[in-house]
Amino acid sequence: MANKTQDLIDQNLQDLNDDGVDRRGFLKCMAWAGTGLVWTLNGGIPVSRAFAKTIGKGGSKGSDFSFVQISDSHIGFNKPANPDVTATLQVAIDRINAMPHKPDFIIHTGDLSQLSKPSEFDTLDQALKGVTAKQVYFVPGEHDMLTDNGEQYLQRYGKGTKGSGWYSFDQKGVHFVGLVNVVNLKAGGLGSLGHEQLEWLEDDLKAHSASTPIVMFAHIPLWTIYPDWGWGTDDSEQALSYVKRFGSVTVLNGHIHQVMQKVEGKLSFHTAMSTAFPQPAPGTAPSAGPMKVPAEQLQKVLGITDVNYLVSGKSLAIVDSPLEGSSASNKTGG
Amino acid sequence: MRNIKTSQSVVFTWSALALVAIVSVMTLRGASGIVHAAIAEPSSGSPTEVKIDNFAFTPGVITVKAGTQVTWINHDDIPHTVDSTEGKFKSAAMDTEDKFQFRFTEPGEYPFFCRMHPKMTGKIIVQP
Repeated sequence: MANKTQDLIDQNLQDLNDDGVDRRGFLKCMAWAGTGLVWTLNGGIPVSRAFAKTIGKGGSKGSDFSFVQISDSHIGFNKPANPDVTATLQVAIDRINAMPHKPDFIIHTGDLSQLSKPSEFDTLDQALKGVTAKQVYFVPGEHDMLTDNGEQYLQRYGKGTKGSGWYSFDQKGVHFVGLVNVVNLKAGGLGSLGHEQLEWLEDDLKAHSASTPIVMFAHIPLWTIYPDWGWGTDDSEQALSYVKRFGSVTVLNGHIHQVMQKVEGKLSFHTAMSTAFPQPAPGTAPSAGPMKVPAEQLQKVLGITDVNYLVSGKSLAIVDSPLEGSSASNKTGG
Repeated sequence: MRNIKTSQSVVFTWSALALVAIVSVMTLRGASGIVHAAIAEPSSGSPTEVKIDNFAFTPGVITVKAGTQVTWINHDDIPHTVDSTEGKFKSAAMDTEDKFQFRFTEPGEYPFFCRMHPKMTGKIIVQP
């Protein structure tokens, strides 16, 4: 049975991995849960590393700037998979604050809350007040737009954004685009950007030269990971067609509560871990519901699986860096 | 649009649960054809409850008589919604064990989905 499941996963990942990375090694690195990723930009190429252990060894020295991606805080969730998601978000914030080089900003890739409740957003705001980064950028997850067509979210986090909360900004020559793919979803479909947003995106990118590094972020993956569980976006191909002419494009997503990554030419895709609870690897459970681990393991899980993402020619270098326990294992793509 | 639960609908719910139990046993025996027939035919014992388990509506299709109140209940650890594909009804976010109810007065077919997880779809068939 275990072998069957493994084969199924291998099969599922086969299409995702034409980049020289051993599939089993890749699977090993699909972290359950964690606290966040640090991204540093060196010559316009974003490099991510888990911020717990490896940041000290070189950190963001010599980089133009750095930022941290956190995701899927699900404030308000209180089920057995993690009865205290505020505490684990605080662990993430403490880690960010302990970094030797302060990140310039933070990107939260959605599902801030569990049920879009004002009290949940209040708790998140209160926790993020304690973070030393100058600014936090948000995109909504489907959990954040549940009431009043997302009014609650847009009032708090969407000031100055377009439509259901999309926007762009520039940081030291890098163009960042925050997209919304969690509203007006169609029965039977996946995530959706919609016509209006796609038109805006095409227009927004036109003003930039092909040498501008692009970072696109949205909640649901903008690449098809596992359609049976809705892990993809129906019209992402069109969005990606607009960035094909750029020399460096990085796509950051959340939603699936585990690290998955893929490099396709000049496009690098990466999904972040959750600060709240892990979700199963594609197809390994009856559904994508929260994965329960024993309480004493959760804290360990939140810290143990760190993934470094390094662009090295056409391949990935993935480093497993547990915070405690067994030593790190390295996996480098050829 | 949302209806208050009556004592009558509680009785219906229990008989629906009984039928679901029978259907489950039949499914285990692999008598899937018979199961479909059981679901499609409305009678006094037809299910009027749709459960949400593992990101799926169960049963996916139920047939009821006009005037029947249908109840959806979420058994998942994650919130879901019940949205008419044609905009005829729409639940708030349903947290774990939350219910949504809607009374179908007009015969017809009423497809629905979860607006958070649109891969989740189902249909209520209402007969005169």
